Amino acid sequence: MSDLDYEPPYLYPDYRSSELRAPRHEPVRLPDEWFHNAPGPVFGRIPVRAEDADLTRQHRGEPLGERIIIHGRVLDSDGQPVRNTLVEVWQANAAGRYIDPVDDHDAPLDPNFTGAGRCLTDTAGFYRFVTVRPGAYPWRNHLNAWRPAHVHFSLFGRSLASRLVTQMYFPGDPLIPLDPILSSIPDPRGRELLIAHLDLDTTVPEWALGYRWDIVLRGPRATPAEA
Amino acid sequence: MTAPTPSQTVGPFFGFALRFDNDANAADRESRDAIRVEGQVLDGVGKPVPDALVEASQGEQFARCRTDGEGAFHLILHRPVASDDAPFFEITVFARGLLRHLHTRMYLPGEDHANRTDRVLQLVDESRRHTLIARQDGDIVHFDIRLQGEDETVFFAL
Repeated sequence: MSDLDYEPPYLYPDYRSSELRAPRHEPVRLPDEWFHNAPGPVFGRIPVRAEDADLTRQHRGEPLGERIIIHGRVLDSDGQPVRNTLVEVWQANAAGRYIDPVDDHDAPLDPNFTGAGRCLTDTAGFYRFVTVRPGAYPWRNHLNAWRPAHVHFSLFGRSLASRLVTQMYFPGDPLIPLDPILSSIPDPRGRELLIAHLDLDTTVPEWALGYRWDIVLRGPRATPAEA
Repeated sequence: MTAPTPSQTVGPFFGFALRFDNDANAADRESRDAIRVEGQVLDGVGKPVPDALVEASQGEQFARCRTDGEGAFHLILHRPVASDDAPFFEITVFARGLLRHLHTRMYLPGEDHANRTDRVLQLVDESRRHTLIARQDGDIVHFDIRLQGEDETVFFAL
């Protein structure tokens, strides 16, 4: 199994923004011992409060939209749980609008929703967020381009090589096969890894639907990725 | 071996989320060993990249800065303590348009001997080595990151 087919290339012309931003040179490969010894960033300056994991309780009222729980386990590629590592998430509101000033989509902001959260994984590598399901939104990549609903994730892990920024998608979303960002992953099995599962064990009856999404970071025995 | 979760772009809308107090400053600007870093992230035609996130780390230090409308970022870092290798910072770059992040190193000006003998710099084609070494500009250490095109920054496989 090659990691390569599960990783998007830098240049993927269907995703237009990659054309002038993808490096054209091959990355320089360093000796393996360097790769395995490069320590990860120490993220301890980033404050994490318990309430940061509940995106529905950051304002006076509750945000509009479908309340959901996103829960999963962070493992490394050797199968070990990644404990006490920082997970940062951000997303659009239920109407498909980000609070970020860069977002000019004509959909309403929600005064009760910011859309950013953080937590640390527990001693078994689990994380859990309460939020609302984000809406789809249009973008200008091509005519009638719409991003499938997604939540952005940022994780650190233990080494520099384990740093990951990615997106989680929702099962059954008809926009998924049309999305150039997700389709940039060559192997369809790699794309599947970014789609959460509806999880009735995580669901809280009468309150919120649960989704399970496990994340695998590159572990101590991983090999450097190629271009 | 389990396959690692694939990467996806940070997109354009992360600015409101990936922030924390004093995020760009791992050091106090008044501290004696503080280095003020300024630079720009530029695309393949030399245009500023206004939606990039630059992270710097070294030892216990970590800082991140979102680029502004001119593609500019700024960081305040402690000069690494002397060791056998040339001092450097690990630099990670995320941006809209980058489906995977990029990894590079920032070496420091005024370290000519150490930079000439550094084992990692030796692995890099001599004509491209300068893209990894910041330059002194008064009190500022200047480090541009060129994603593509002429003088494309050297990135490392991770």
